Amino acid sequence: MKAVITVTGKDNIGIIAAVSSECANYGVNISDISQSVLKDYFAMIMIANIDSITIDFGEFVDKMKALGQKRCLDIHTMHEDIFNSMHRI
Amino acid sequence: MAIFEFNDILETVEMIRDENLDIRTITMGISLFDCVSDDEKILCGRIYDKICKKAENLVSCGDSIEKRYGIPIINKRVSVTPISLVAGAIPAKGYVNIAKALDKAASTLGIDFIGGFGALVQKGMSDSAAKLISVIPEALAETNLVCSSVNVASTKAGINMDAILEMGSVIKRTAHLTRDKDCIGCAKLVVFANVPEDNPFMAGAFHGMGEAETVINVGVSGPGVVAGAIKKAGGCSLLELAEIVKKTAFKITRMGQLVAREASDKLNVPFGIVDLSLAPTPAVGDSVARILETMGLERCGGCGTTAALALLNDAVKKGGVMASSSVGGLSGAFIPVSEDAGMIEAVRMGALSLEKLEAMTAVCSVGLDMIAIPGDTSVDIICGLIADEISIGVANTKTTAVRVIPVIGKNVGDEVEFGGLLGSAPIMPISTYSPHDFISRGGRIPAPIHSLKN
Repeated sequence: MKAVITVTGKDNIGIIAAVSSECANYGVNISDISQSVLKDYFAMIMIANIDSITIDFGEFVDKMKALGQKRCLDIHTMHEDIFNSMHRI
Repeated sequence: MAIFEFNDILETVEMIRDENLDIRTITMGISLFDCVSDDEKILCGRIYDKICKKAENLVSCGDSIEKRYGIPIINKRVSVTPISLVAGAIPAKGYVNIAKALDKAASTLGIDFIGGFGALVQKGMSDSAAKLISVIPEALAETNLVCSSVNVASTKAGINMDAILEMGSVIKRTAHLTRDKDCIGCAKLVVFANVPEDNPFMAGAFHGMGEAETVINVGVSGPGVVAGAIKKAGGCSLLELAEIVKKTAFKITRMGQLVAREASDKLNVPFGIVDLSLAPTPAVGDSVARILETMGLERCGGCGTTAALALLNDAVKKGGVMASSSVGGLSGAFIPVSEDAGMIEAVRMGALSLEKLEAMTAVCSVGLDMIAIPGDTSVDIICGLIADEISIGVANTKTTAVRVIPVIGKNVGDEVEFGGLLGSAPIMPISTYSPHDFISRGGRIPAPIHSLKN
Protein backbone atom coordinates (compact mmCIF):
# COMPACT_ATOMS: atom_id res chain seq x y z
CA MET A 1 0.00 0.00 0.00
CA LYS A 2 1.09 3.52 -0.71
CA ALA A 3 0.61 6.94 0.76
CA VAL A 4 0.76 10.25 -1.05
CA ILE A 5 2.45 13.03 0.88
CA THR A 6 2.08 16.58 -0.43
CA VAL A 7 4.21 19.34 1.02
CA THR A 8 3.69 23.00 0.17
CA GLY A 9 4.83 26.27 1.68
CA LYS A 10 7.64 28.80 1.79
CA ASP A 11 10.95 27.32 0.74
CA ASN A 12 13.61 26.78 3.40
CA ILE A 13 16.68 24.64 3.88
CA GLY A 14 16.25 20.97 4.67
CA ILE A 15 12.56 20.35 3.90
CA ILE A 16 13.18 17.13 2.01
CA ALA A 17 15.63 15.94 4.66
CA ALA A 18 13.13 16.61 7.45
CA VAL A 19 10.21 14.95 5.68
CA SER A 20 12.19 11.91 4.58
CA SER A 21 13.81 11.34 7.96
CA GLU A 22 10.38 11.50 9.59
CA CYS A 23 9.23 8.86 7.07
CA ALA A 24 12.29 6.72 7.88
CA ASN A 25 11.56 7.00 11.61
CA TYR A 26 8.30 5.17 11.10
CA GLY A 27 9.32 2.61 8.49
CA VAL A 28 7.79 4.51 5.57
CA ASN A 29 9.81 3.94 2.39
CA ILE A 30 9.85 6.71 -0.21
CA SER A 31 9.43 5.39 -3.74
CA ASP A 32 9.02 8.56 -5.77
CA ILE A 33 9.52 12.30 -5.31
CA SER A 34 8.49 15.16 -7.54
CA GLN A 35 9.49 18.57 -6.31
CA SER A 36 9.79 22.13 -7.58
CA VAL A 37 10.33 25.64 -6.28
CA LEU A 38 8.52 28.48 -7.97
CA LYS A 39 9.78 31.85 -6.73
CA ASP A 40 9.88 31.16 -3.00
CA TYR A 41 7.08 28.61 -3.04
CA PHE A 42 8.05 25.01 -2.38
CA ALA A 43 5.87 22.16 -3.66
CA MET A 44 6.60 18.47 -3.34
CA ILE A 45 4.68 15.28 -3.89
CA MET A 46 6.06 12.07 -2.44
CA ILE A 47 4.81 8.57 -3.03
CA ALA A 48 5.78 6.30 -0.16
CA ASN A 49 5.32 2.64 0.58
CA ILE A 50 3.60 2.05 3.93
CA ASP A 51 3.71 -1.76 4.03
CA SER A 52 6.31 -1.72 6.79
CA ILE A 53 4.96 1.26 8.71
CA THR A 54 5.65 0.89 12.43
CA ILE A 55 2.77 3.00 13.77
CA ASP A 56 -0.93 3.37 12.97
CA PHE A 57 -1.39 5.20 9.67
CA GLY A 58 -3.64 7.78 11.35
CA GLU A 59 -0.87 8.54 13.85
CA PHE A 60 1.61 8.92 11.01
CA VAL A 61 -0.74 11.44 9.36
CA ASP A 62 -0.71 13.44 12.62
CA LYS A 63 3.09 13.25 12.94
CA MET A 64 3.54 14.59 9.41
CA LYS A 65 1.02 17.35 10.02
CA ALA A 66 2.83 18.34 13.21
CA LEU A 67 6.13 18.40 11.35
CA GLY A 68 4.54 20.71 8.80
CA GLN A 69 3.27 23.06 11.47
CA LYS A 70 6.72 23.18 13.08
CA ARG A 71 8.33 24.21 9.80
CA CYS A 72 5.51 26.47 8.56
CA LEU A 73 4.57 24.02 5.80
CA ASP A 74 1.33 22.42 4.77
CA ILE A 75 1.79 18.64 4.80
CA HIS A 76 -1.04 16.35 3.73
CA THR A 77 -0.69 12.59 3.96
CA MET A 78 -3.35 10.54 2.23
CA HIS A 79 -3.84 6.89 1.41
CA GLU A 80 -3.44 6.10 -2.30
CA ASP A 81 -6.97 4.69 -2.60
CA ILE A 82 -8.53 8.14 -2.68
CA PHE A 83 -6.59 8.98 -5.85
CA ASN A 84 -7.29 5.59 -7.38
CA SER A 85 -10.98 6.13 -6.74
CA MET A 86 -11.24 9.66 -7.99
CA HIS A 87 -9.04 9.50 -11.04
CA ARG A 88 -9.28 5.95 -12.35
CA ILE A 89 -12.29 4.14 -13.69
CA MET B 1 4.98 10.55 -11.13
CA ALA B 2 4.97 6.99 -12.15
CA ILE B 3 1.84 5.90 -10.35
CA PHE B 4 -0.32 8.98 -10.24
CA GLU B 5 -0.50 12.03 -12.41
CA PHE B 6 0.97 15.07 -10.66
CA ASN B 7 -2.09 17.11 -11.65
CA ASP B 8 -4.54 14.53 -10.32
CA ILE B 9 -2.90 14.65 -6.91
CA LEU B 10 -2.90 18.43 -6.86
CA GLU B 11 -6.52 18.52 -7.99
CA THR B 12 -7.64 16.27 -5.15
CA VAL B 13 -5.66 18.20 -2.55
CA GLU B 14 -7.01 21.50 -3.87
CA MET B 15 -10.59 20.19 -3.77
CA ILE B 16 -10.24 19.31 -0.11
CA ARG B 17 -8.11 22.20 1.07
CA ASP B 18 -9.46 25.13 -0.93
CA GLU B 19 -12.88 24.10 -2.22
CA ASN B 20 -14.44 22.57 0.91
CA LEU B 21 -14.84 19.08 -0.53
CA ASP B 22 -16.07 16.85 2.23
CA ILE B 23 -18.14 13.85 3.12
CA ARG B 24 -21.16 15.52 4.65
CA THR B 25 -22.33 12.50 6.54
CA ILE B 26 -21.94 8.83 7.24
CA THR B 27 -25.40 7.76 8.32
CA MET B 28 -26.09 4.36 9.82
CA GLY B 29 -29.62 3.12 9.33
CA ILE B 30 -30.88 0.86 12.11
CA SER B 31 -34.10 -1.14 12.11
CA LEU B 32 -36.07 -0.92 15.34
CA PHE B 33 -38.72 -3.50 14.50
CA ASP B 34 -37.43 -5.95 17.10
CA CYS B 35 -37.73 -3.34 19.85
CA VAL B 36 -41.53 -3.37 19.81
CA SER B 37 -43.25 -3.56 23.18
CA ASP B 38 -46.47 -2.32 24.77
CA ASP B 39 -44.50 -1.31 27.82
CA GLU B 40 -43.09 2.17 27.38
CA LYS B 41 -40.04 1.61 29.59
CA ILE B 42 -39.11 -1.63 27.88
CA LEU B 43 -39.60 -0.06 24.43
CA CYS B 44 -37.41 2.97 25.25
CA GLY B 45 -34.77 0.74 26.84
CA ARG B 46 -34.63 -1.58 23.85
CA ILE B 47 -34.39 1.32 21.42
CA TYR B 48 -31.60 2.97 23.40
CA ASP B 49 -29.66 -0.27 23.80
CA LYS B 50 -30.00 -1.32 20.19
CA ILE B 51 -28.84 2.00 18.77
CA CYS B 52 -25.92 2.21 21.20
CA LYS B 53 -24.86 -1.35 20.37
CA LYS B 54 -25.18 -1.18 16.59
CA ALA B 55 -23.58 2.24 16.19
CA GLU B 56 -21.02 2.02 18.98
CA ASN B 57 -18.08 2.27 16.58
CA LEU B 58 -19.63 4.70 14.10
CA VAL B 59 -17.86 7.82 15.32
CA SER B 60 -14.43 6.23 15.74
CA CYS B 61 -14.77 4.56 12.35
CA GLY B 62 -15.62 7.90 10.73
CA ASP B 63 -12.65 9.52 12.43
CA SER B 64 -10.23 6.85 11.26
CA ILE B 65 -11.45 7.07 7.65
CA GLU B 66 -11.09 10.82 7.82
CA LYS B 67 -7.46 10.39 8.84
CA ARG B 68 -6.67 7.70 6.31
CA TYR B 69 -7.84 9.64 3.28
CA GLY B 70 -7.36 13.16 4.53
CA ILE B 71 -10.98 13.92 3.68
CA PRO B 72 -13.13 15.71 6.25
CA ILE B 73 -16.20 13.78 7.40
CA ILE B 74 -18.42 16.46 8.84
CA ASN B 75 -21.22 14.49 10.49
CA LYS B 76 -21.88 11.02 11.77
CA ARG B 77 -25.57 10.28 12.06
CA VAL B 78 -28.04 7.53 12.77
CA SER B 79 -31.43 7.00 11.14
CA VAL B 80 -34.00 4.60 12.56
CA THR B 81 -37.27 2.98 11.57
CA PRO B 82 -40.06 5.60 11.70
CA ILE B 83 -41.08 5.60 15.35
CA SER B 84 -44.79 5.50 14.45
CA LEU B 85 -44.20 1.96 13.17
CA VAL B 86 -42.79 0.60 16.41
CA ALA B 87 -44.58 2.58 19.13
CA GLY B 88 -48.24 1.94 18.27
CA ALA B 89 -49.03 0.09 21.48
CA ILE B 90 -48.14 2.88 23.92
CA PRO B 91 -49.98 6.14 24.67
CA ALA B 92 -49.08 9.43 22.94
CA LYS B 93 -47.26 10.80 25.99
CA GLY B 94 -44.81 7.92 25.78
CA TYR B 95 -43.70 8.98 22.30
CA VAL B 96 -41.91 11.97 23.81
CA ASN B 97 -39.95 9.59 26.02
CA ILE B 98 -38.94 7.62 22.93
CA ALA B 99 -37.62 10.86 21.43
CA LYS B 100 -35.68 11.38 24.64
CA ALA B 101 -34.29 7.84 24.42
CA LEU B 102 -33.17 8.57 20.85
CA ASP B 103 -31.57 11.81 22.00
CA LYS B 104 -29.79 10.07 24.85
CA ALA B 105 -28.49 7.38 22.50
CA ALA B 106 -27.22 10.08 20.13
CA SER B 107 -25.39 11.83 22.98
CA THR B 108 -23.91 8.58 24.23
CA LEU B 109 -22.60 7.75 20.77
CA GLY B 110 -21.29 11.28 20.16
CA ILE B 111 -23.11 11.55 16.83
CA ASP B 112 -24.43 14.80 15.37
CA PHE B 113 -28.08 13.95 14.63
CA ILE B 114 -30.53 11.09 14.87
CA GLY B 115 -33.45 10.90 12.44
CA GLY B 116 -36.59 8.82 12.29
CA PHE B 117 -39.02 10.38 14.73
CA GLY B 118 -41.57 10.30 11.97
CA ALA B 119 -44.53 8.82 10.21
CA LEU B 120 -45.73 7.93 6.71
CA VAL B 121 -49.26 9.21 6.22
CA GLN B 122 -49.53 9.80 2.47
CA LYS B 123 -52.78 7.89 2.13
CA GLY B 124 -54.20 7.91 5.60
CA MET B 125 -53.21 8.28 9.21
CA SER B 126 -52.95 5.32 11.57
CA ASP B 127 -53.60 5.90 15.25
CA SER B 128 -49.90 5.52 15.92
CA ALA B 129 -48.99 8.12 13.29
CA ALA B 130 -51.61 10.49 14.72
CA LYS B 131 -50.18 10.06 18.21
CA LEU B 132 -46.66 10.68 16.98
CA ILE B 133 -47.58 13.77 14.98
CA SER B 134 -49.47 15.22 17.93
CA VAL B 135 -46.33 15.22 20.10
CA ILE B 136 -43.71 16.28 17.54
CA PRO B 137 -43.51 19.81 19.01
CA GLU B 138 -42.85 18.52 22.53
CA ALA B 139 -40.42 15.89 21.25
CA LEU B 140 -38.38 18.47 19.33
CA ALA B 141 -38.51 21.00 22.14
CA GLU B 142 -37.29 18.53 24.74
CA THR B 143 -34.45 17.00 22.72
CA ASN B 144 -31.38 18.39 20.99
CA LEU B 145 -30.34 15.94 18.30
CA VAL B 146 -33.60 14.31 17.23
CA CYS B 147 -34.96 15.07 13.75
CA SER B 148 -38.51 14.46 12.63
CA SER B 149 -40.08 13.93 9.21
CA VAL B 150 -43.58 13.19 8.01
CA ASN B 151 -44.43 12.02 4.50
CA VAL B 152 -47.82 13.49 3.60
CA ALA B 153 -48.06 12.63 -0.08
CA SER B 154 -46.88 10.39 -2.87
CA THR B 155 -47.44 10.23 -6.60
CA LYS B 156 -49.23 6.91 -6.12
CA ALA B 157 -51.45 7.91 -3.19
CA GLY B 158 -52.03 11.59 -3.79
CA ILE B 159 -51.87 14.29 -1.14
CA ASN B 160 -53.25 13.78 2.35
CA MET B 161 -54.59 17.26 3.04
CA ASP B 162 -55.77 16.30 6.53
CA ALA B 163 -52.17 15.48 7.35
CA ILE B 164 -51.00 18.78 5.89
CA LEU B 165 -53.55 20.60 8.02
CA GLU B 166 -52.15 18.79 11.01
CA MET B 167 -48.55 19.58 10.07
CA GLY B 168 -49.30 23.30 9.67
CA SER B 169 -50.25 23.53 13.32
CA VAL B 170 -47.44 21.18 14.38
CA ILE B 171 -44.95 23.58 12.78
CA LYS B 172 -46.53 26.56 14.55
CA ARG B 173 -46.53 24.77 17.91
CA THR B 174 -42.94 23.62 17.43
CA ALA B 175 -41.95 27.23 16.74
CA HIS B 176 -43.82 28.33 19.85
CA LEU B 177 -42.22 25.72 22.12
CA THR B 178 -38.71 26.54 20.88
CA ARG B 179 -39.25 30.32 20.69
CA ASP B 180 -36.42 30.91 23.18
CA LYS B 181 -33.98 29.36 20.71
CA ASP B 182 -35.12 31.18 17.57
CA CYS B 183 -37.71 28.46 16.89
CA ILE B 184 -34.94 25.99 16.06
CA GLY B 185 -37.30 23.02 16.52
CA CYS B 186 -38.71 23.77 13.06
CA ALA B 187 -35.24 23.36 11.55
CA LYS B 188 -35.40 19.72 12.62
CA LEU B 189 -38.84 19.03 11.16
CA VAL B 190 -39.55 18.34 7.52
CA VAL B 191 -42.74 17.57 5.60
CA PHE B 192 -42.23 15.33 2.56
CA ALA B 193 -43.80 14.13 -0.65
CA ASN B 194 -42.35 10.94 -2.17
CA VAL B 195 -39.87 10.59 0.67
CA PRO B 196 -36.81 8.41 -0.09
CA GLU B 197 -36.26 5.63 2.44
CA ASP B 198 -32.47 5.67 2.31
CA ASN B 199 -31.71 9.37 2.60
CA PRO B 200 -28.65 10.05 4.81
CA PHE B 201 -29.34 13.80 5.09
CA MET B 202 -31.19 15.47 7.94
CA ALA B 203 -33.78 16.39 8.90
CA GLY B 204 -35.43 13.83 6.62
CA ALA B 205 -33.35 10.71 7.25
CA PHE B 206 -35.08 7.56 8.41
CA HIS B 207 -34.52 3.84 7.98
CA GLY B 208 -37.10 2.61 5.48
CA MET B 209 -39.26 -0.48 5.80
CA GLY B 210 -37.59 -2.27 2.90
CA GLU B 211 -34.09 -1.76 4.23
CA ALA B 212 -31.74 -4.31 5.79
CA GLU B 213 -31.32 -4.66 9.57
CA THR B 214 -28.52 -2.08 9.50
CA VAL B 215 -27.05 -0.17 6.59
CA ILE B 216 -24.45 2.47 5.86
CA ASN B 217 -25.45 5.42 3.67
CA VAL B 218 -23.07 8.20 2.78
CA GLY B 219 -23.86 11.74 1.70
CA VAL B 220 -21.20 13.61 -0.23
CA SER B 221 -21.00 17.33 -0.71
CA GLY B 222 -18.89 19.71 -2.74
CA PRO B 223 -20.58 22.79 -4.22
CA GLY B 224 -17.23 24.60 -4.02
CA VAL B 225 -15.55 21.97 -6.19
CA VAL B 226 -18.23 22.28 -8.90
CA ALA B 227 -18.04 26.08 -8.80
CA GLY B 228 -14.24 25.86 -9.04
CA ALA B 229 -14.37 23.56 -12.07
CA ILE B 230 -16.88 25.83 -13.85
CA LYS B 231 -14.74 28.85 -13.13
CA LYS B 232 -11.68 27.19 -14.62
CA ALA B 233 -13.63 26.26 -17.75
CA GLY B 234 -14.24 29.91 -18.62
CA GLY B 235 -16.73 30.84 -21.33
CA CYS B 236 -17.60 27.40 -22.71
CA SER B 237 -20.99 26.39 -24.12
CA LEU B 238 -23.70 24.93 -21.90
CA LEU B 239 -23.17 21.49 -23.35
CA GLU B 240 -19.51 21.64 -22.37
CA LEU B 241 -20.49 23.06 -19.01
CA ALA B 242 -22.74 20.07 -18.35
CA GLU B 243 -19.83 17.77 -19.21
CA ILE B 244 -17.59 19.54 -16.70
CA VAL B 245 -20.21 19.23 -13.96
CA LYS B 246 -20.68 15.56 -14.79
CA LYS B 247 -16.96 14.82 -14.56
CA THR B 248 -16.65 16.70 -11.29
CA ALA B 249 -19.70 14.95 -9.81
CA PHE B 250 -18.16 11.65 -10.87
CA LYS B 251 -14.98 12.35 -8.92
CA ILE B 252 -16.83 13.54 -5.84
CA THR B 253 -19.09 10.52 -5.85
CA ARG B 254 -16.19 8.12 -6.29
CA MET B 255 -14.79 9.48 -3.08
CA GLY B 256 -18.17 8.95 -1.40
CA GLN B 257 -18.24 5.40 -2.68
CA LEU B 258 -14.75 4.76 -1.31
CA VAL B 259 -15.72 6.07 2.12
CA ALA B 260 -19.01 4.16 2.12
CA ARG B 261 -17.28 0.88 1.23
CA GLU B 262 -14.60 1.41 3.82
CA ALA B 263 -17.12 2.28 6.54
CA SER B 264 -19.24 -0.69 5.55
CA ASP B 265 -16.24 -3.06 5.80
CA LYS B 266 -14.95 -1.64 9.06
CA LEU B 267 -18.34 -1.69 10.77
CA ASN B 268 -19.39 -4.94 9.17
CA VAL B 269 -22.64 -3.35 8.05
CA PRO B 270 -23.95 -3.60 4.47
CA PHE B 271 -23.33 -0.64 2.18
CA GLY B 272 -26.58 1.04 1.20
CA ILE B 273 -26.25 4.03 -1.06
CA VAL B 274 -24.19 7.08 -1.85
CA ASP B 275 -26.28 10.24 -1.94
CA LEU B 276 -24.49 12.52 -4.35
CA SER B 277 -26.04 15.77 -3.32
CA LEU B 278 -24.48 19.17 -3.59
CA ALA B 279 -25.15 20.20 -0.02
CA PRO B 280 -24.08 23.74 0.79
CA THR B 281 -22.86 25.05 4.13
CA PRO B 282 -22.80 28.65 5.34
CA ALA B 283 -19.01 28.68 4.76
CA VAL B 284 -17.76 30.98 2.02
CA GLY B 285 -17.14 28.98 -1.16
CA ASP B 286 -19.53 26.17 -0.25
CA SER B 287 -22.63 27.54 -1.92
CA VAL B 288 -24.99 26.21 -4.61
CA ALA B 289 -26.11 29.78 -5.36
CA ARG B 290 -22.51 30.64 -6.21
CA ILE B 291 -22.38 27.76 -8.70
CA LEU B 292 -25.38 29.23 -10.50
CA GLU B 293 -23.73 32.63 -10.46
CA THR B 294 -20.47 31.17 -11.74
CA MET B 295 -22.49 29.69 -14.60
CA GLY B 296 -23.32 33.24 -15.62
CA LEU B 297 -26.26 34.56 -13.63
CA GLU B 298 -25.87 38.02 -12.17
CA ARG B 299 -27.57 36.82 -9.03
CA CYS B 300 -29.25 33.61 -7.90
CA GLY B 301 -33.00 34.14 -8.06
CA GLY B 302 -33.09 36.17 -11.26
CA CYS B 303 -34.55 34.93 -14.55
CA GLY B 304 -32.53 31.98 -15.82
CA THR B 305 -32.03 30.54 -12.33
CA THR B 306 -34.42 27.62 -12.81
CA ALA B 307 -32.80 26.68 -16.13
CA ALA B 308 -29.29 26.84 -14.67
CA LEU B 309 -30.35 24.75 -11.69
CA ALA B 310 -32.03 22.18 -13.94
CA LEU B 311 -28.79 21.78 -15.91
CA LEU B 312 -26.75 21.52 -12.73
CA ASN B 313 -29.03 19.01 -11.05
CA ASP B 314 -29.22 16.76 -14.09
CA ALA B 315 -25.47 16.82 -14.71
CA VAL B 316 -24.75 16.01 -11.05
CA LYS B 317 -27.00 12.95 -11.26
CA LYS B 318 -25.52 11.78 -14.55
CA GLY B 319 -21.96 12.09 -13.29
CA GLY B 320 -22.71 10.47 -9.99
CA VAL B 321 -24.68 7.50 -11.23
CA MET B 322 -21.71 5.92 -12.95
CA ALA B 323 -19.39 6.56 -10.04
CA SER B 324 -21.22 4.47 -7.48
CA SER B 325 -22.63 0.97 -7.53
CA SER B 326 -25.68 2.24 -5.72
CA VAL B 327 -26.93 5.80 -5.79
CA GLY B 328 -29.96 6.81 -3.79
CA GLY B 329 -31.33 9.23 -1.23
CA LEU B 330 -32.04 12.69 -2.56
CA SER B 331 -29.14 12.95 -5.04
CA GLY B 332 -29.06 16.36 -6.69
CA ALA B 333 -28.60 19.97 -5.66
CA PHE B 334 -29.89 21.28 -2.34
CA ILE B 335 -31.14 24.81 -2.05
CA PRO B 336 -31.56 25.50 1.67
CA VAL B 337 -31.63 29.24 2.19
CA SER B 338 -30.08 29.58 5.64
CA GLU B 339 -27.30 27.08 4.93
CA ASP B 340 -26.03 28.74 1.76
CA ALA B 341 -24.09 32.02 1.89
CA GLY B 342 -25.05 32.87 -1.71
CA MET B 343 -28.76 32.23 -1.12
CA ILE B 344 -28.72 34.33 2.05
CA GLU B 345 -27.15 37.22 0.16
CA ALA B 346 -29.60 36.86 -2.74
CA VAL B 347 -32.56 36.97 -0.33
CA ARG B 348 -31.11 39.94 1.54
CA MET B 349 -30.82 41.99 -1.62
CA GLY B 350 -34.28 41.00 -2.84
CA ALA B 351 -33.06 38.92 -5.80
CA LEU B 352 -34.47 35.63 -4.54
CA SER B 353 -38.12 35.28 -3.55
CA LEU B 354 -40.12 32.47 -2.03
CA GLU B 355 -42.00 32.06 -5.31
CA LYS B 356 -38.75 31.65 -7.26
CA LEU B 357 -37.51 29.12 -4.72
CA GLU B 358 -40.70 27.16 -5.26
CA ALA B 359 -40.11 27.16 -9.01
CA MET B 360 -36.52 26.01 -8.45
CA THR B 361 -37.70 23.04 -6.43
CA ALA B 362 -39.45 21.69 -9.52
CA VAL B 363 -36.06 20.90 -11.03
CA CYS B 364 -33.77 20.17 -8.09
CA SER B 365 -33.59 17.45 -5.52
CA VAL B 366 -35.40 18.83 -2.51
CA GLY B 367 -37.90 21.55 -1.71
CA LEU B 368 -38.49 24.72 0.26
CA ASP B 369 -35.68 24.21 2.71
CA MET B 370 -34.61 26.21 5.76
CA ILE B 371 -36.79 29.17 4.95
CA ALA B 372 -37.56 31.64 7.72
CA ILE B 373 -40.94 33.39 7.50
CA PRO B 374 -42.64 35.92 9.81
CA GLY B 375 -43.62 34.43 13.15
CA ASP B 376 -47.21 35.65 12.84
CA THR B 377 -47.84 33.69 9.61
CA SER B 378 -51.13 31.83 10.06
CA VAL B 379 -51.47 28.05 10.13
CA ASP B 380 -53.62 28.24 6.98
CA ILE B 381 -50.93 29.99 5.03
CA ILE B 382 -48.27 27.51 6.19
CA CYS B 383 -50.59 24.68 5.11
CA GLY B 384 -51.08 26.35 1.74
CA LEU B 385 -47.32 26.69 1.33
CA ILE B 386 -46.82 23.02 2.16
CA ALA B 387 -49.64 21.95 -0.18
CA ASP B 388 -48.15 23.95 -3.08
CA GLU B 389 -44.69 22.48 -2.63
CA ILE B 390 -45.94 18.95 -2.10
CA SER B 391 -48.05 19.21 -5.30
CA ILE B 392 -44.89 19.92 -7.30
CA GLY B 393 -43.38 16.68 -6.04
CA VAL B 394 -46.51 14.61 -6.57
CA ALA B 395 -47.18 15.90 -10.08
CA ASN B 396 -43.55 15.49 -11.14
CA THR B 397 -42.94 12.11 -9.50
CA LYS B 398 -40.10 13.49 -7.44
CA THR B 399 -39.24 14.16 -3.83
CA THR B 400 -40.13 17.57 -2.49
CA ALA B 401 -40.15 18.78 1.07
CA VAL B 402 -40.88 21.76 3.25
CA ARG B 403 -38.72 22.84 6.15
CA VAL B 404 -40.03 26.24 7.09
CA ILE B 405 -39.45 28.23 10.27
CA PRO B 406 -42.03 30.77 11.38
CA VAL B 407 -39.75 32.79 13.65
CA ILE B 408 -41.80 34.11 16.52
CA GLY B 409 -41.26 37.80 17.22
CA LYS B 410 -39.51 38.44 13.92
CA ASN B 411 -40.71 39.99 10.72
CA VAL B 412 -39.55 40.69 7.18
CA GLY B 413 -36.27 42.58 7.37
CA ASP B 414 -35.13 40.75 10.51
CA GLU B 415 -32.66 37.89 10.51
CA VAL B 416 -32.36 34.74 12.54
CA GLU B 417 -29.17 32.93 13.53
CA PHE B 418 -29.29 29.16 14.03
CA GLY B 419 -25.55 28.56 14.12
CA GLY B 420 -23.43 25.68 12.86
CA LEU B 421 -24.46 23.93 9.67
CA LEU B 422 -27.96 25.41 9.95
CA GLY B 423 -26.60 28.93 9.36
CA SER B 424 -28.65 32.12 9.46
CA ALA B 425 -31.61 33.39 7.48
CA PRO B 426 -33.32 36.64 6.60
CA ILE B 427 -37.08 36.46 7.23
CA MET B 428 -38.73 36.15 3.82
CA PRO B 429 -42.01 37.78 2.84
CA ILE B 430 -44.89 35.38 2.18
CA SER B 431 -48.27 36.10 0.56
CA THR B 432 -50.84 36.88 3.24
CA TYR B 433 -53.93 36.03 1.17
CA SER B 434 -55.67 33.18 2.96
CA PRO B 435 -56.20 29.70 1.49
CA HIS B 436 -58.38 28.87 4.52
CA ASP B 437 -61.52 27.69 2.75
CA PHE B 438 -59.56 25.48 0.35
CA ILE B 439 -57.30 23.95 2.99
CA SER B 440 -60.04 23.31 5.52
CA ARG B 441 -62.04 21.19 3.07
CA GLY B 442 -59.70 18.40 4.17
CA GLY B 443 -59.65 14.96 2.56
CA ARG B 444 -57.19 13.90 -0.08
CA ILE B 445 -56.07 15.35 -3.40
CA PRO B 446 -56.20 12.34 -5.74
CA ALA B 447 -53.07 10.86 -7.27
CA PRO B 448 -52.24 12.47 -10.61
CA ILE B 449 -52.77 10.76 -13.94
CA HIS B 450 -49.62 9.66 -15.72
CA SER B 451 -50.68 9.65 -19.28
CA LEU B 452 -51.96 12.60 -21.34
CA LYS B 453 -48.82 14.44 -20.18
CA ASN B 454 -48.73 18.11 -20.97
